[in-house]
Amino acid sequence: MSDTSEHISSPKLYVAIWLLLMVCTALTVGAAFIDLGPLNTIVALGIATLKAVVVVLYFMHVKYTHERMTKAVVVSGFFFLLLLLALSMMDYTTRGLG
Amino acid sequence: MDSHAAVEHGPELLHHFSDAEQQRNAASLGMWLFLVTEIMFFGGMFCAYLVYRYWYFGDFGAASQTLDIRLGAFNTAVLIGSSLTVAMSIWAAQTGRRKVLVGLLLATILLGLVFLGVKAVEYHDKFEHHHVPGASFHFEGEVPGHPGLPVNPYHAQMFFSLYFAMTGLHALHMIIGIGLFSYLTYKAWTGYYTPKYYTPIENAGLYWHFVDIVWIYLFPLLYLIDRHR
Repeated sequence: MSDTSEHISSPKLYVAIWLLLMVCTALTVGAAFIDLGPLNTIVALGIATLKAVVVVLYFMHVKYTHERMTKAVVVSGFFFLLLLLALSMMDYTTRGLG
Repeated sequence: MDSHAAVEHGPELLHHFSDAEQQRNAASLGMWLFLVTEIMFFGGMFCAYLVYRYWYFGDFGAASQTLDIRLGAFNTAVLIGSSLTVAMSIWAAQTGRRKVLVGLLLATILLGLVFLGVKAVEYHDKFEHHHVPGASFHFEGEVPGHPGLPVNPYHAQMFFSLYFAMTGLHALHMIIGIGLFSYLTYKAWTGYYTPKYYTPIENAGLYWHFVDIVWIYLFPLLYLIDRHR
């Protein structure tokens, strides 16, 4: 690979990401006190996932890595976690239907 | 570049890598593989939480409401702040600012200790209220949104079992992280890290951000459920 210089993110970007994460934290606390019905859980986990994605991409530099293998490993990790959770809940939520 | 040619490089580049970027990418990939095992490690607990929250829905809501939302939110802000100081420390290392780097690493350790201090206050509170699973566990209350429906204390106890297991494992990771960063601070002070070589800071940073992400999920799942009822 000819490009041997690593990506250097500016402190300004880091502070902007930090601000976004703080705003999201305030939003999720506020949303918890509003009755949204079944959407409460979805909103809470949606905001948490947005925060996690931002941390992975910008703080953990996955957005800037040239190494596709690293990206594949990151995605596969979360994919297998999703399999664990989704397949387990498919079992437990359908036991009363039989 | 001919891969067999002798290449001029500093001691920071091991000879089985063709260049610094390949070495960095290999280290980063290895760290991510470790973090994937950590995702599955915590994932088992998140799965247990999900199943019991589904089974003991209202009881979990009642037990969750005994947690102090202000302390939880404060600790979330502290951890996000520490992730910022970690990210900035990478920048300081990349641009060769040694004193700034040491300062940012120390700030990270300080924020980590603040988080653990708040956690200790919360744990102490749980012991005082007999909310620690075991022989002296005691819980009384009504299911949120269902006045007059008492909480099953065994179900509430399961919430606190998961609370202590998940936050305890998270806190253990924080303690290990603080140990790692103490070592990094010492090495950074001696000038060991340069813009050419700062991989340990980058990888310890990945670890710290991962622990932050675990807390990003723990906070809404443990502190924020059923608050509107």
